[in-house]
Amino acid sequence: MSRPSPRSDLAMRWAMGTFKDRNRTIYTLLIIGVLLWPSIADVTTGGSGNHLVSTAADAGVYVLLAIGLNVVVGFAGLLDLGYAAFFAIGAYTYGLLASGQLSGSPLHHEFHLPFWVLILVAMFVAAAFGAILGAPTLRLRGDYLAIVTLGFGEIVPRVFRFLGAGSPIGNWTGGVNGISAIDPPHLPAFISGPWFGTPIQVVSPFDFSDSNWAPMDYYWLIILLVAICIVLVTNLYNSRLGRAWMAVREDEVAAAASGINTVAIKLLAFSIGASFAGFAGCFYGAKLSLVSSENFEFIVSVSILIMVVLGGMGNIPGVIVGALTIYIVQFFVLTNLPDYAVAFSNLVGLGFLNQSGPGWVGLHDEVQRLNYIVFGLILVVVMLIRPQGLFPSRIREQELEKGTAEEAVFDVREASD
Amino acid sequence: MTEGEATPEIILDVDHVTKRFGGLTAVDDISFSIRTGEIFALIGPNGAGKTTLFNTITGLYKPTAGMIRFQDRDITGLKPYKIAEMGIARTFQQIRLFAYMSALDNVRIGEHPRMHAKLWDALFKTPKANREEARVTERANELLDFVGIRQQAHNYARNLPYGSQRRLEIARALANDPKLLLLDEPAAGANPQEKRELMELVQRIRAQGVTVLLIEHDMKVVMGISERIVVLDYGEKIAEGKPQEVRTDPRVIEAYLGKSA
Repeated sequence: MSRPSPRSDLAMRWAMGTFKDRNRTIYTLLIIGVLLWPSIADVTTGGSGNHLVSTAADAGVYVLLAIGLNVVVGFAGLLDLGYAAFFAIGAYTYGLLASGQLSGSPLHHEFHLPFWVLILVAMFVAAAFGAILGAPTLRLRGDYLAIVTLGFGEIVPRVFRFLGAGSPIGNWTGGVNGISAIDPPHLPAFISGPWFGTPIQVVSPFDFSDSNWAPMDYYWLIILLVAICIVLVTNLYNSRLGRAWMAVREDEVAAAASGINTVAIKLLAFSIGASFAGFAGCFYGAKLSLVSSENFEFIVSVSILIMVVLGGMGNIPGVIVGALTIYIVQFFVLTNLPDYAVAFSNLVGLGFLNQSGPGWVGLHDEVQRLNYIVFGLILVVVMLIRPQGLFPSRIREQELEKGTAEEAVFDVREASD
Repeated sequence: MTEGEATPEIILDVDHVTKRFGGLTAVDDISFSIRTGEIFALIGPNGAGKTTLFNTITGLYKPTAGMIRFQDRDITGLKPYKIAEMGIARTFQQIRLFAYMSALDNVRIGEHPRMHAKLWDALFKTPKANREEARVTERANELLDFVGIRQQAHNYARNLPYGSQRRLEIARALANDPKLLLLDEPAAGANPQEKRELMELVQRIRAQGVTVLLIEHDMKVVMGISERIVVLDYGEKIAEGKPQEVRTDPRVIEAYLGKSA
């Protein structure tokens, strides 16, 4: 892909390479899936596929988050357990600056800045917080960093919850209720269609929350954002910075002795990772039109980390597949599992299990209670079968085969000659 | 490898450097000066403090006392990457390559501090970044050629034979474009033939204008190529001078040659 070849040749090369290169196969299948998804959703649901398209857009948010966390965990090898904090910061940045929220704050002025500006602002704000958190902590070795990020991930949602009505410095974030009625993105004009049941037409001005288009336009917007991010992160990975991250991950002492400012390069990975979360948070706030501190709890950080690890740390297509897989399991399989269980028990003649009785709340509720056990079991089984993740980078694959690379230690090596 | 620059006669000045680890004095009040363009050897029995001194010079350790000057600038206690940027590159006694990166990438890492592509260039693959990448790759290949492992450029570092790994480490250090190269027992574990080849490589490096500071355990190896030698024993300097002077020094014979030869 990086070779300078004539355009006409490009498609052919792509097609030929697809069968040889696993990553290309994944990308090709993803592109096909993305293009066909709206039609598939409509056909399978008999014309009411909007909620499926909307769900896919939500999944796209997680893909963005996983791609961003992959920079931190997969490329630079830094364990970040509080990644949802940056997601929250992005979402709140958008929520505060694109809603009536701040009219009730000590500022007494509400902001309605456009989405397209705020998505960049949210990125920079999140990146700045990444730098603020990273600067004092990235001198720490892996385990300590994990603890600090864990703490940060716990603090940020609480701060947002605390800064509601009745806080000493006034109502900034709406507290427990969060921020609602957030502006949707606008465009001066938009070409709509053609897709199932919708002719080609130009809509002007275009409002993303218009119920005629809402799921579809958010869907294409997130696809666009994800595509941009994939290109940028792939470029990063193949650049001098990507190489330096890899070197720091492999042997920090040797990297420092080769002239790499290890603290600065780790800080950069941390900030870039955070900026992706800010990016995703902005979209999330806009689509949901609501941000609440509940949506950024520890479980979100963990889910994203699982997506990265299960998909294949360091490998971008692998991480995307991981994100989609976990998303489907978490928000589709697990939420519907109680219903499946009820249907299954009826089918095999065990319908009595669905009744509640003493010490038994009925199969539906029992299964619901076991949701996270099932989730945990799925994770354990997958990681036992494929510890390197579904589609790992070639480097990670080898590392796991031959044992992990030796940990770097500063100034504590024996003074032996 | 820079030529035509006005370089001071003394490239590295180690001035009363002491390094203690708790109660253990690993390096005890050592002083010596290395002249620009020479091959200078640091020898001594195991545990003499040679590697500790190396780590102190390259910033992995902060000296407990004393001062280190590089080209008349005080580098005492600077961060390792700063010292590398200023032009001191090193290899390690226990080879520290980036095991799961290709040989070529290992060398390209060495060029990292000499590269100028910023985040923007990396994100958008600007022509500037592409040009730089091409230039760096070409230079890395030249360096692999120089140390004689060009044909292994695309193998993982960990899969190279031991001797090639030593050479790759030297190539990575040279990629840094150093003025002073610190080699920590480059011939360790090599057979006599390989040792001769490595010493010949060291001379070729010096011929390119790089000053070399060499640690060697085996005294015979350095006798042939080094202009001056400092001998350490139990962290103390016990002798300094030309190879033939050092060889006949009674303290050296007692502390070192007497035991091993």
